Amino acid sequence: MQASTIDPVLEAISPLNDADRRRDRRERVLTIAAPLLVLVVALAAWELFVRINKIPPYILPGPVLVLQTLWEKWPSLSGSLWFTVKLTLSALGLAIVGGVGLGTLFALSRYVEVSLFPYAVVLQVTPIIAIAPLIMIYVDSTMGALLICAWIVAFFPILSSTVIGLRSADHNLRDLFTLYRASPWQRFRWLLTPSALPYFMSGVKVSGGLALIGAVVAEFVAGAAGKETGLASRIFEASFRSDVPLMFAALLLVSLCGILIFLVTSWVSKKVLGHWHESELKRER
Amino acid sequence: MRTVQVTPADDGTMPPALIRLARVNKRYSNGTVALRDMSLSVHRGEFVSLLGPSGCGKSTALRMMAGLLSLSSGEIEWPADGGAQDAHSRDISFVFQEPTLMPWASIFDNVYLPLRVAGVSRARAADDVRAALAMVGLTRFADVFPRELSGGMKMRASIARAMVTRPKLLLMDEPFAALDEMTRAKLNDDVLKLWKDLNLTVVFVTHNVWEAVYLSSRVIVMAARPGRVVDDIPIDGPDPRDDAFRTSTSYAGQCVRVSASLKETLAHASVDH
Repeated sequence: MQASTIDPVLEAISPLNDADRRRDRRERVLTIAAPLLVLVVALAAWELFVRINKIPPYILPGPVLVLQTLWEKWPSLSGSLWFTVKLTLSALGLAIVGGVGLGTLFALSRYVEVSLFPYAVVLQVTPIIAIAPLIMIYVDSTMGALLICAWIVAFFPILSSTVIGLRSADHNLRDLFTLYRASPWQRFRWLLTPSALPYFMSGVKVSGGLALIGAVVAEFVAGAAGKETGLASRIFEASFRSDVPLMFAALLLVSLCGILIFLVTSWVSKKVLGHWHESELKRER
Repeated sequence: MRTVQVTPADDGTMPPALIRLARVNKRYSNGTVALRDMSLSVHRGEFVSLLGPSGCGKSTALRMMAGLLSLSSGEIEWPADGGAQDAHSRDISFVFQEPTLMPWASIFDNVYLPLRVAGVSRARAADDVRAALAMVGLTRFADVFPRELSGGMKMRASIARAMVTRPKLLLMDEPFAALDEMTRAKLNDDVLKLWKDLNLTVVFVTHNVWEAVYLSSRVIVMAARPGRVVDDIPIDGPDPRDDAFRTSTSYAGQCVRVSASLKETLAHASVDH
C-alpha cells in the first residue's frame, strides 16, 4: 500500500498556556473555597445564635457541642458508622450485581424483559418503608433484612440505566458489527458494554445515595433492636433520651457517609469515562 | 417521461460483473415501496455513483448490497466469484454518512476493529492498521481519540477503517455530505486516488450532481416514490481526474446532462403530489 502524499489540514491541538493554567487553578480553588466559606459562616452564625439566645442543648446544640459529643462518643459511634457503611456498600454492591445481571438479560431477551419488568417496577414504586416491617418478620437475620431493604431501593436505577445503556449503541456502529460478522459476544464486549457505560455510571451515582437512604430507613423500621446497630438506630435511640447533641453527631456522620459515596462514585465515573464521554469532558472556552 | 430499462451488461464482451442486482424490490412493512425493480451490474474497477433525491432508494440499494437489509424480492449475485453474497461479506466495506467511530477507542483501535472482529491479534494487525492510516494521512493521529479530530479527519479515519480489510467492494453512503466544500473536494481526490492505487470497485451514493460526475465512471440516476433507476450515464473524463477537469467544458456539459435527467425525475415526482 502506498502512502497518500496529500497531508490533511492538521488542526494543531495547542497546549495550555500559562494564562489558561492560572485560570484553571483559580477555578479549582474557587470550587473548594467558596462552599467552605459558606459552611464556616453558617456554622459561626449557628453557634452565635445558640450562645446569644442561650438556647438549651436539648433543644438546639451549637456546632461546637455537636463536635464535642462526636469526639466523646466516637468509640461507640465509630462502630455504628462502620455498620452503616458496611450495610450501604453491601447493598450497593448487590444492586450493581443484580441490576447489571438482570439488565443484561433484559437487553438480550425481549421475553425476559416483558415478563419481569413490571415486577421490577412494582418493587421500585412500593415505598420501602411500607414493605420493611414485613421483611423484618420473614427474614431472621437483622442484617439480612436490612440488606434486602437497602438493596430494593438501590437496585432499580442500575437496572434501568443498564437496560437503556445496552440499547443505546449507535445504529451505524451496530450495522458495522453486522457487516464484519461480529459474534454476539464480540458485539456485547466491544460495542454494547462501552455504549452502556455512561448510563450505568449515572445509575451507580444515583444508587449510591439511595443505598444509604435505604439502609437508614430500614434501620428506623427495624428499631434499635439487635446486637449491632447503625447510625440510624443511634439517632432513634438518642431521640428517646432527648440527647439532641448525639442526634446531631450521628446525623453528621450519616451526611458524611453520603458525601463520601457521592465523591467516590463521581471519581470512578470520571476515571472510567473521562477520556471520551461528553458528560465528563472539560470544554475549552 | 423517459424510462430507461437498465439491464445487466453480461453480453460476453465484458467480464462478469462483480455484483449484480436483478429486479430487486424493497417494500417496508408499512407498505412504502423503497425500491422497485432495480437492476444494476457493477464491474470490477468501476466507480459507480447512485444519484437521486432523498427517498429514491439509493441508500436502501447500498445497504442491501452490504447485506444489511433484506430484499423483498429479486436477487443480488456475485457473478465474478460465482458465489452467494454471504461468503463475500468480509470483502465489502461500508462508509457511512457519519464517521461512525467508537468514541471510547483511539483512532488506531477504531481502524483495527474489522481485523479484531475477524480474530487477528493486535500485533499481527498493527502493520495493516498503520498502512491504512498512512493511506489517509492520519499516521500521526493513531493514538488520539475521535473527539480530538475535525469532521474531515474523522471521515478519513472512517475510510481507513474501511480500507484496512483490503475490500473488493467499497460502499459509500453520502460520506461527505456533512463536510464543507473545501474538505469535500480534497476527500474526493483522496478517494479517487485510493480507488486507482488499490484497484477498488466503488459504489458511491450522493445527491450532489457535481460530485457524482467528477468521481464516477458511471452515474446511475434514480427517482423517488417509488425508488427506481431512471438513467445510466457513462462519464467521460481524464484519468486520473485533475483540477483542469473540474473547470472543463466537458465536465460542465456532462453535469448539465445528468442534471437534466435528474430534473425530469423531480418534475415527475412533484406531479405525484
